Amino acid sequence: MPTRTPIEVSIAISKAVQQADVDVIAAYPITPQTHIVEHLSELVADGELQAAFINVESEHSALSAVIGAAAAGASTFTASCSQGLALMHEILFIAASLRLPIVMVVTTRALSGPISIWNDHSDIMAERDIGWLQVFCETGQEAYDAVLQAFRIVRDPKVQLPMMVNVDGFNLTHVIEPVYLFEQEEIRDYLPEHRQLLRLDIDHPLTMGPVGVPEVYTEAKKQVDAALVGAKPVVLAAWQEFAERYGRFYQPVETYQVEGAEIILLTMGVISRTAMSAVDRLRATGKPVGLVRLRLWRPFPLEELRNCVRHAKIIAVIDRHLSLGAHGGPVCLEVRAALYDLPERLRIFGFVLGLGGRDVTVADFLEIVDRAEHYAAAGQPEEYSLIGLREV
Amino acid sequence: MVEKVEKRAIVGWRNLALGCAILEAGSSTQLLTGTWRLQHPVIDQQLCNRCGLCYIYCPDMAIIKTPAGAYEHDLNYCKGCGICAEECPKKAITMVEEEE
Repeated sequence: MPTRTPIEVSIAISKAVQQADVDVIAAYPITPQTHIVEHLSELVADGELQAAFINVESEHSALSAVIGAAAAGASTFTASCSQGLALMHEILFIAASLRLPIVMVVTTRALSGPISIWNDHSDIMAERDIGWLQVFCETGQEAYDAVLQAFRIVRDPKVQLPMMVNVDGFNLTHVIEPVYLFEQEEIRDYLPEHRQLLRLDIDHPLTMGPVGVPEVYTEAKKQVDAALVGAKPVVLAAWQEFAERYGRFYQPVETYQVEGAEIILLTMGVISRTAMSAVDRLRATGKPVGLVRLRLWRPFPLEELRNCVRHAKIIAVIDRHLSLGAHGGPVCLEVRAALYDLPERLRIFGFVLGLGGRDVTVADFLEIVDRAEHYAAAGQPEEYSLIGLREV
Repeated sequence: MVEKVEKRAIVGWRNLALGCAILEAGSSTQLLTGTWRLQHPVIDQQLCNRCGLCYIYCPDMAIIKTPAGAYEHDLNYCKGCGICAEECPKKAITMVEEEE
């Protein structure tokens, strides 16, 4: 019988990377990602992980080194966040466009400025269009499992794309949680051998990353988009098999108390746990409130989302990023677009909170439900609402 | 006379190699950059003194020396930049608008 081990979530993530038997890790330390890569470098130095750990001078170089290693056929891992992720920005697109099965953990953190080392989603929300698969985690167990699942998914010949596992910085990475950790032989059969359909090979020369002249650029982009959208059945199958083997079931869109819910909170990441407490409190007073958590972010789980919310009346979408100059947070805009074609029009309101590490509390979600009800009754509200904003 | 090349490398997205990789050498010869052209060069072979400066200056190697020693443009690849016409000391090359 497996037992749960109290472990810092960053260390559990490192353990998953070790168990996936990566060949090459290249990373540059940045708070709050440091515990993950520091622990991996210790595992390599102590001979407990047979991999090359490449120390680099920047995140731009970290991902470039990983791409080079992946192009040569290595199983690879990196991790970053915030300014580091932003410095990787142009290289992120290249990893996807070269169809390289890289796994990366993003310990989501606010982007400067002002300078902030604390948690929100402004770093990752700037990377929506990079062509990587992306999931957002709620618990330490989920982060550990998601990293292992990511190695399985990217190694599938039908996917051959990079994947990001997004874990809230500090609020999840630095907490100690009880986690079921696999013995190596338990997970071995679930994880296929790393294989790559195309790789740099002196005996079979090829060109990777050529100029995409106007005659082929459109087709090259379509290929990546089709692969990303087409990866969803592989993701679902990987999660299904994980559930059958180990008893932990994951879905693209997780739901809590949505049965009969007229008002639905929609969240991503670790704050969903706080939102669940708010739902419990409101349900105890008889208010029909439920929670939907977007877990799979790319490819976007359009059908699953529609099926979860179509019987509700009001959706309160919570963003942890302010899309400056737009008319709402990015998650709200995408959810609103995804639900626009439903036969019964839902009232969708956007709320932004928890920016730059500001605490997200049960009271915040109670206020959101209250405001959403008020907006639905009183007519068109402002385009988004910032929770906890001081006016003067 | 330079023969017209058939486009073979330009395929639909379903047939594109994984990650837009190029699996064989020499594929750029199948990209007919001549389709980008707005003007094409015409050589007056009576004025041409066979100096070969056009051949040297052409950035796309789109000028061919024939066995008889004359120079011709390879319109599969000539982008119509006009450098040859500019550099020709005998003014033997003129740029002519492409027809619609």
